[in-house]
Amino acid sequence: MDLDPVLLARLQFGFTISFHIIFPSFTIGLSAYIATLEVLWGATGAERYSRLAGFWTKIFAVSFGMGVVSGIVLSYELGTNWSRFSVVAGNIIGPLAGYEVLAAFFLEATFLGILLFGRNRVPRWLHVFSAIAVAVGTAISAFWILAANSWMHTPAGHEMRDGVAYATDWLAIIFNPSFVYRFAHMLNASFLTAAFVVIAVGARYMLANRYDEEARTMLRMGIGLAAILAPLQLFIGDQHGLNTLKHQPIKVAAMEAHWDGSKPGDFYVFAWPDEKAERNWFAIPIPRGSSLILTHDPSGLFPGLKSVPPQDRPPLVPVFFGFRIMLGVGFFMIAAALYGAWLMWQKTLFETRWYQYVVANTWWVGFVAVIAGWIVTETGRQPWIVYGIQRTADATSPVPSGSLATTLALFVLVYGIVFSVGIYYINRLIAKGPQPRDELREAFGHRPLAAGVAPEPSDVGS
Amino acid sequence: MAWDLPLIWAAVIGLAVAMYVILDGFDLGVGILFPFARSDRERDQMLTSIAPFWDGNETWLVLGGGGLLAAFPKAYAVIMPALYLPVIVMLLGLVFRGVTFEFRGIARRKGRWNVIFAAGSAVAAFAQGVILGGLIQGIRVENGQFAGGPFDWATPFAVLCGLGVVAGHALLGATWLVMKAEGELAEHARQQAKVLLVAVLGFMALVSLWTPLAVPRIFERWFSLPNFLFLWPVPIVTVLTAFAAWRWLDRGPGARPFVAAIMLFLLGYLGLVISTFPYLVPPTLTFWDAAAAPSSQFFLLVGTLILLPIILGYTGLVYWIFRGRVGAGESYH
Repeated sequence: MDLDPVLLARLQFGFTISFHIIFPSFTIGLSAYIATLEVLWGATGAERYSRLAGFWTKIFAVSFGMGVVSGIVLSYELGTNWSRFSVVAGNIIGPLAGYEVLAAFFLEATFLGILLFGRNRVPRWLHVFSAIAVAVGTAISAFWILAANSWMHTPAGHEMRDGVAYATDWLAIIFNPSFVYRFAHMLNASFLTAAFVVIAVGARYMLANRYDEEARTMLRMGIGLAAILAPLQLFIGDQHGLNTLKHQPIKVAAMEAHWDGSKPGDFYVFAWPDEKAERNWFAIPIPRGSSLILTHDPSGLFPGLKSVPPQDRPPLVPVFFGFRIMLGVGFFMIAAALYGAWLMWQKTLFETRWYQYVVANTWWVGFVAVIAGWIVTETGRQPWIVYGIQRTADATSPVPSGSLATTLALFVLVYGIVFSVGIYYINRLIAKGPQPRDELREAFGHRPLAAGVAPEPSDVGS
Repeated sequence: MAWDLPLIWAAVIGLAVAMYVILDGFDLGVGILFPFARSDRERDQMLTSIAPFWDGNETWLVLGGGGLLAAFPKAYAVIMPALYLPVIVMLLGLVFRGVTFEFRGIARRKGRWNVIFAAGSAVAAFAQGVILGGLIQGIRVENGQFAGGPFDWATPFAVLCGLGVVAGHALLGATWLVMKAEGELAEHARQQAKVLLVAVLGFMALVSLWTPLAVPRIFERWFSLPNFLFLWPVPIVTVLTAFAAWRWLDRGPGARPFVAAIMLFLLGYLGLVISTFPYLVPPTLTFWDAAAAPSSQFFLLVGTLILLPIILGYTGLVYWIFRGRVGAGESYH
């Protein structure tokens, strides 16, 4: 059987980009947390902030490293897998990606060096500044890459000549109709992802009766942030959904498995959408739920899947279920954050073991929501790579299936190894816990502390 | 507009590639030399000497790729599919060596990460050389698209280029250690650098002889008059630089051998530019043919002119902050 090169190219790209997004969705939020801790330490002088900043910086370094190497791959895969997309959209996507490199990547990469290794070599303000620069860099990076991505969903500010997109208005390209929603949604998602990891680590120490002071600080900060951002995410997501309905109605129809646009839409808690039979099986509907959410009117109408021919519809199963997974996680986050905030207000948070147990074991929820959400929006754009401009099938490179299959297998293997080891090592860092920073051995140059008085990390704890 | 935007962009990308080759060149080179270190303490010292810099160094590669997509999308769309396998293999090599910086420090058994770091660095360097060779050989293009097979790049010449780049990166790495390391490691690196210097010179000679014989248009470029009158100093200067490097290595540790190694790289790069200018994808696409729309090139150029000096500024700052030599056994973990 000949493997379909379009499918292979998509599988390979989908795999590598899903792997990659795990790390930015954590490090964007985490870098902001580290910067906050550094600033708090500077402002209050409380040592727990310093220990926490050092602790999370180590975890950040491991995650960021994996994000960097998997991100470099993507900057080349646009050409290796989607060369005809590069020709059609290169005039638009190229400069946006270029700005990401120039404005963000160098900033992050360079100041990360100071953040990780420079604490005893630079004035304290420069070290704090480096933490902020890294955090700002990650957010700028998200800005540009989401501008590029949003343009692929809602292209604007360009004209087509001979099948190639030419820029006519850069502000319209960057601030294309879906950009602000997508950027806010992703940035907030990243903060939430990091918050739930911080909460989980705090709860884990609390349950183990270790690092009590740090654990309390992490729980307080994480829950405090999530209690605001998780409900906010519901609002942003709703606005983003309305924006999608306006610009990509068929994606919304796929999210809701809504076939017939002449009737109000039910919200399906569960269903199995059947693309061939054009109906849903095993449906558990909330009557008119979708109409109520999307049009704010129980009898409101919105386009159904049948309004376009089957070849213009996205694959339903990933879009439909991805959306439900994201929603489920979102509501869990809201519940967990608000309940935690209530416990905090009741001053029983640190004694409520079952709650700590739950949040200690749900560090992964943000990652699941982010990946599910990206599957919804990217698969929901199909069969288009640039909505209304170029179909994914017309975007591939002239690379034979054999090469694609081989490299797909290599990526799965290499990323599988790197990811497992990375998680294992991060877990080991967490098990070891926060340490006083002044005992850390500092490399480079001749300072009194560098003489090797501090023990090897591998000798301590863990 | 009076500016020749494609020419300016060719210069910017040329700068990015040169920066990448020099900067990531030395840290890949340190990786290539990993198996020849005499102890794990020495490897700690080697890794510590490059740890604050590698990430910034590698970002030049992203600028090279991203800049190529932005400024010359048609060349990007031909080169990546044509050199598909070496590009992916290079990226995988970089993945493995990149994660080593943090993983090795946490690992209880460092041995496997020593191997992975060395292998990843060597594989990435070799693939870069193959990519270079593949470009010099030329790429088959029809209707603006790559029209060759998946193994068109696989020639003895490309393999030679691959080995040459491995040796070149190793030389940069060794001379970096001569400059940045203290004690025995610097001394050890000094001896390695001498061997590598001879090897690099050999590879440069071989590639320089083979290139005009294998590629008629380059033969034409080099040996026709008046070109030859301008070009003959290039090999002479190369030999003189190598001779100076040898002398400086003889004198003991210091920064000069590293500078000389960079000079050698730049001379090789100059040879490449002389041979292929103005082609981005020899022998079909010049950088004028492959250029993005002027509105796109101009839009990003504005940002580049503002941001690139800032980037160079804080890159310089980091190298200055982490100046000085790394002592024996120093580890950042």
